[in-house]
Amino acid sequence: MALAGRAALRWGARLPSPGPAAAPLCRPAWLPAACGRPYSSRGKEEIDMSTYPVESIRNFSIIAHVDHGKSTLADRLLEITGTISKTDHNKQVLDKLQVERERGITVKAQSASLFYNHEGINYLLSLIDTPGHVDFSYEVSRSLSACQGVILVVDANEGIQAQTVANFYLAFEAQLSIIPVINKIDLKNADPERVEKQIEKLFDIPTDECIRISAKQGTNVEKVLQKVIEKIPPPQCNTADPLKALVFDSTFDHYRGVVANIALFGGEIAKGHKIVSAHTKKRYEVNEVGILTPNEQPTHKLYAGQVGYLIAGMKEVTEAQIGDTLFLYKQPVEPLPGFKSVKPMVFAGMYPVDQTEYNNLKSALERLTLNDSSVTVHRDSSLALGAGWRLGFLGLLHMEVFNQRLEQEYNMSVILTAPTVPYKAVLSSAKLIKEYGKDQITIINPAQFPDKLSVSEYLEPIVLGTIVTPHEYIGKIITLCQDRRAVQKDLLYIDENRVMLKYLFPLNEIVVDFYDALKSLSSGYARDKAYAAGKLLCEHLKETIPRQLFEIAIQAAIGKKIIARETLKPYRKNVVAKCYGGDITRRMKLLRRQAEGKRLMRKIGNVEVPRDAFIRVLKRETDK
Amino acid sequence: MAAARGWPRRLAAAAGALPGRGGPGRAPGPAPDTAAPATAALYVHWPYCRKRCSYCNFNTYVVPAVDEAAVRACLVREAQTLLRLSQVHSVTSVFFGGGTPSLASPGTVAAVLEAVAGAAHLPAGAEVTLEANPSSASASVLDGFRAAGVNRLSIGVQSLDDAELRMLGREHTAAEARKAVEAARGLFPGRTSIDLLFGLPGQSRDAWAQRLEATLRLCDDHISLYQLTLERGTALAAQVRAGALPAPPQDLLADMYHTARNVLGAAGFRHYEVSNFARKGALSTHNLSYWRAEQYIGVGPGAHGRFVLRAEGGCSREARVQTPEPVAWMREVQSQGHGTRSRAVLSPLEQLEELLTLGLRTDEGITHERWGHFSPQLNLQAVFGEPGEARALQQEGWLVLDSGGLRCTWAGLAVLDSLLPALLWQLQRVLGAARCPPRGAPAEERAGGGARGL
Repeated sequence: MALAGRAALRWGARLPSPGPAAAPLCRPAWLPAACGRPYSSRGKEEIDMSTYPVESIRNFSIIAHVDHGKSTLADRLLEITGTISKTDHNKQVLDKLQVERERGITVKAQSASLFYNHEGINYLLSLIDTPGHVDFSYEVSRSLSACQGVILVVDANEGIQAQTVANFYLAFEAQLSIIPVINKIDLKNADPERVEKQIEKLFDIPTDECIRISAKQGTNVEKVLQKVIEKIPPPQCNTADPLKALVFDSTFDHYRGVVANIALFGGEIAKGHKIVSAHTKKRYEVNEVGILTPNEQPTHKLYAGQVGYLIAGMKEVTEAQIGDTLFLYKQPVEPLPGFKSVKPMVFAGMYPVDQTEYNNLKSALERLTLNDSSVTVHRDSSLALGAGWRLGFLGLLHMEVFNQRLEQEYNMSVILTAPTVPYKAVLSSAKLIKEYGKDQITIINPAQFPDKLSVSEYLEPIVLGTIVTPHEYIGKIITLCQDRRAVQKDLLYIDENRVMLKYLFPLNEIVVDFYDALKSLSSGYARDKAYAAGKLLCEHLKETIPRQLFEIAIQAAIGKKIIARETLKPYRKNVVAKCYGGDITRRMKLLRRQAEGKRLMRKIGNVEVPRDAFIRVLKRETDK
Repeated sequence: MAAARGWPRRLAAAAGALPGRGGPGRAPGPAPDTAAPATAALYVHWPYCRKRCSYCNFNTYVVPAVDEAAVRACLVREAQTLLRLSQVHSVTSVFFGGGTPSLASPGTVAAVLEAVAGAAHLPAGAEVTLEANPSSASASVLDGFRAAGVNRLSIGVQSLDDAELRMLGREHTAAEARKAVEAARGLFPGRTSIDLLFGLPGQSRDAWAQRLEATLRLCDDHISLYQLTLERGTALAAQVRAGALPAPPQDLLADMYHTARNVLGAAGFRHYEVSNFARKGALSTHNLSYWRAEQYIGVGPGAHGRFVLRAEGGCSREARVQTPEPVAWMREVQSQGHGTRSRAVLSPLEQLEELLTLGLRTDEGITHERWGHFSPQLNLQAVFGEPGEARALQQEGWLVLDSGGLRCTWAGLAVLDSLLPALLWQLQRVLGAARCPPRGAPAEERAGGGARGL
């Protein structure tokens, strides 16, 4: 079963019961400092990019559902074109982050220019890799806008999955040429014919247009390259036009500042050119341009239609926002359409496990957000967890990946609170409108949720979700979606036993556990979420917090409504019976350990809570 | 304190001239400096029993035959050696514990006392306690011990119910226990203590209340009431863990304790330590020296001691443990005069930690004077009077810091183990911050005495 959301976020009205938890005020804060790019190759002989006119350029992307073999195909293409040497070690060459390789996903899109001779003509093929997850669909759409065509990879065994559909429509709406490729035909259960039929039915692409390949073994990969040249048109642009460059990605280099990935839709660019960002209106002087192979390789110039990188003294990634247009100073052009600032859609509190780690975590966050401008950071503090931040992410996977990178690359261990989505409130209270200076506010922190008495309408984010499932689960899925306040938009049999469903979901309903719920439908489980979760948390806390000198009530609450309670009784007698000359040594050992434990207790009001209690409680949920 | 009884032989010529226990205006205990005359309590461990009780994890041994002459010789030799090493001038009390020291012959007790009196001063009125089991405490045996110099008896009654006694693995019946106590009271009037356990598996509130009533009818002026501790490795703990016996619920244990405090208090007993009650001033001098963190010397297998080794020019209090296994212990005593297995110098902080942990067990708590002995620089007020854990505990009604010193409230005493970690943590912090850790108190500081803290 598979699920894919579309970034086409909307604000839907009406919100029956605004839920959530607790955590107080926050305020926008700071940004950047540093990070490195693993590849760099200076001093090579510069390639004369003027030998690649627009007609010999093909810009394309590979799109696929998770794990259908996108990165493996990219590895093969790089090998065939001699971009990288052919060894056994080429696995996910474009996935540079540890987390990408571990999870087999692409978080940070990487690009590579390939040189390929076909029928006597030297072609410049630019492969623009895309992030492989719904969370990053804005990035996908920007990457796609630098392309004229895509390779749509589908697993010969699994067939069309939700993300295949979502990605296809992104490419289709961008009016790109689509080359369908059925991968993993070497697998035992491969059924390329069935997949071809699905593609025909769903995407209206004739079955004979599909290329059956095994990226792993290299079978038919050459054919894919030839099709890229034949089917994908060269970019429609002219070097004689004024410069018009799309920023479709950016990274941060510790020494050189922002490295922006650009696609030229007109004109040319070289070192020394003065350029302007259409979005920020800031002016820069170009220090370096080049192509990615996939290492940075400086070139003298880049020309219309070409894809490469640019370094121009931008100090922060926010200066090179994805989707922005760059033009020459005093030669303004119409910016490329489709730009928007990235809006985080999932928020969570992040706290150091130990408050003494606060500053270390702060600097780790600063460095990591340098490379990931889509994460927003606001200072926050919680009674229970101390000082921390409220972070905004593109989605849940993005959040997990970010957290994993903190752990792996910065060795930080953090407490991450349950994710929430932003809400909007249309204010009716004149006092509040005056206070905020506007009548509609966005709430990213549940603790700041305004009371319904002063609000005329709450708005919540809505996403279009695609679900592909074997048909036997369709009844259960429809029920599940209805329970989640989803509205059905489409239902289609893509072959005799697979169904595609499309629903409009309130984001909040699916952000945390919808995918898990979907996956576990076949094993049939359901529960009253909030009450059961509240009770469970209380029970866990009761086990984790030691008895103290007074009664402690452990309550779970939604707003002001208490949904679960456990009582931790106080000690009425706690004193060792015998303590004479011989007993004291043993006694002191234990007491010193307990005294040391005091240091590690977090005091909330009068209640002492072992500092790992929250982590244990929060982690418990995922244990099951 | 009861009147001094005469010693069998020459003892304590200058008794009146020496620092007596708790004399007015005078620091009773040892000061950890080398200038003042040293005193210490002496503990003597008799490691043998006829049978191991089901709840006991003490250092005891059940052997077919005890070479008493050899053990006696070793106890005597070790007492002499340790008294010499400590250069203790006067022994304030002697306690024969075990094991079952009432199984030893009075001659052994006499020999040890004689050795103590020979190596140091043993004042005529000094408390000499013997632990006795009802099964080995006939009037004639007890009379022998009295003649040997014992002037206080602690009888391990444990329960006055035959079924409970069987569960505890005791050798005696309730009737035998009664008889032993009556015999002891006849010989040691006002100086007979009884031990009692509560919180036995399956014991009810009512059963405990009945035991208390029966105890009051039987007892003399001192009672030790211990909540049964299920020590790891004992037969009883294993039975409870296996589910063969029920574990007593926490609330029931608390009820039993509170009942005992009330009943004994109404009967005129002073609750002077967590588990100890006395009336007519019959407090155990010996045990008080532990809780006051005074010097004590441990003689015999596995005995613990806390004293300064002045003979070696030491000026720091040491924690010492004698070799636990009797045969190995004897070998060591025979070859080197004592069987000390481990020695550790206690840092000033560690000494204060012990003082705090032990002192708060008593109703008098830790006096400013006593604290000053161990910490001349930072008085009680400086450590615990500032905002912090102790202040909070005071406000919550668990603790008192006033002109009398630092002590638990009535309610606080029952939950002392919940108070101590916070207090120790505060102590560590304040001492660490002060960066002038307390040393042994110099003589002039000590003489000042009084409530310097407030």
